[in-house]
Amino acid sequence: MYDLIIIGAGPAGITASVYAARRRLNLLVITKDIGGQAAWSGDIENYTGYQFITGPELAGKFEEHMRKFNIPLKENERVTEIKKIKDYIWGESDKGSYEARAVIIASGKKTKELGVPGEKEFKNKGLTYCAICDGPLFADKEVAVIGGGNSALDAVLQLLTIAKHIYLINAAANLGAEAIMREQVEKNDKVTIMNNTQVKGIFGDSLVKGINISTGKEIKTLAVEGVFVEIGLVPNSEFVQDVQKNERGEIKINRSNETNIPGIFAAGDVTDVQEKQIIIAAGEGSKAALSAFKYLAKTG
Amino acid sequence: MDKKVKVYSTTTCPFCIRAKQFLKDNNIAFEDLDVGSNQVAAEEMIKKSGQMGVPVIDIDGEIIIGFDKDKIKQALEL
Repeated sequence: MYDLIIIGAGPAGITASVYAARRRLNLLVITKDIGGQAAWSGDIENYTGYQFITGPELAGKFEEHMRKFNIPLKENERVTEIKKIKDYIWGESDKGSYEARAVIIASGKKTKELGVPGEKEFKNKGLTYCAICDGPLFADKEVAVIGGGNSALDAVLQLLTIAKHIYLINAAANLGAEAIMREQVEKNDKVTIMNNTQVKGIFGDSLVKGINISTGKEIKTLAVEGVFVEIGLVPNSEFVQDVQKNERGEIKINRSNETNIPGIFAAGDVTDVQEKQIIIAAGEGSKAALSAFKYLAKTG
Repeated sequence: MDKKVKVYSTTTCPFCIRAKQFLKDNNIAFEDLDVGSNQVAAEEMIKKSGQMGVPVIDIDGEIIIGFDKDKIKQALEL
């Protein structure tokens, strides 16, 4: 049985693992990938100590720091369930099952899906959740960006120099993004903003050919070869049923990163912590590790 | 004999950067194809992998989609 299992290796999980390793805990990290959302970020200018660093570079630094401690790491592995049994926590993944005296959930957030027909079928076949990755493939093509917040407008701004025309499909009556981004998008005639419009489906053959949209009264089709889904994020918290969550599915924690179940701690973007920032996630990870250490000392 | 490795990527994609760094760290020589500026390479990538997500790594004809470290290691016998 492990002392501590950390689920996730983004800024929160990695920082927790470094703190736990320095306390010589018998430790395991299980994660789908390394770096989490930080690895997907563009330029970072607010992580103290780095006036400027890119997401992949910062994620690389985090990983290097973790590797220095030779922490046992199961990468490419997804936890499917955890629950408390008597005085320990049992967990299962897509590759095995585990037992630990304490767990830190630091599984972060993932991009939200539209939930419309054709979405799964055309994923990576013209439909993408990563504008920064796949945007350049749509040179001189007509594309649609779905969403109206900062990430949607960020995608539009990235695509302005690449795509031929951009339809911005926004379900709300107005764009929710920051004014400075909104103004840049609104004044550009390469962009058609469609508010009060919902996506009903994605269609094509081997690749995307278009989308069906609804303005309330009628359903129209829009011929596009690229669909960029940017409608926000959801916490990766579905594998744990018994902990309390808020209405957004974020795990509720107290100031010591404890959940309502003794022995289960949580940190970073998967929790109801006020702000979602790399530096906050890292700090929360260290707090969770120290709380878990105290819990283990007390219950050992 | 060394295996022939091709990486289809965009300049902006974080996992492309990390996939290429991983190959460099393991002293694997590869051909770097920017599918954002090279339309022929983009079409070749879509044909080979049946999809448009980057990175796509071709190791002696074995197509790996995404930065899948385990599969890359296996294909390269690392």
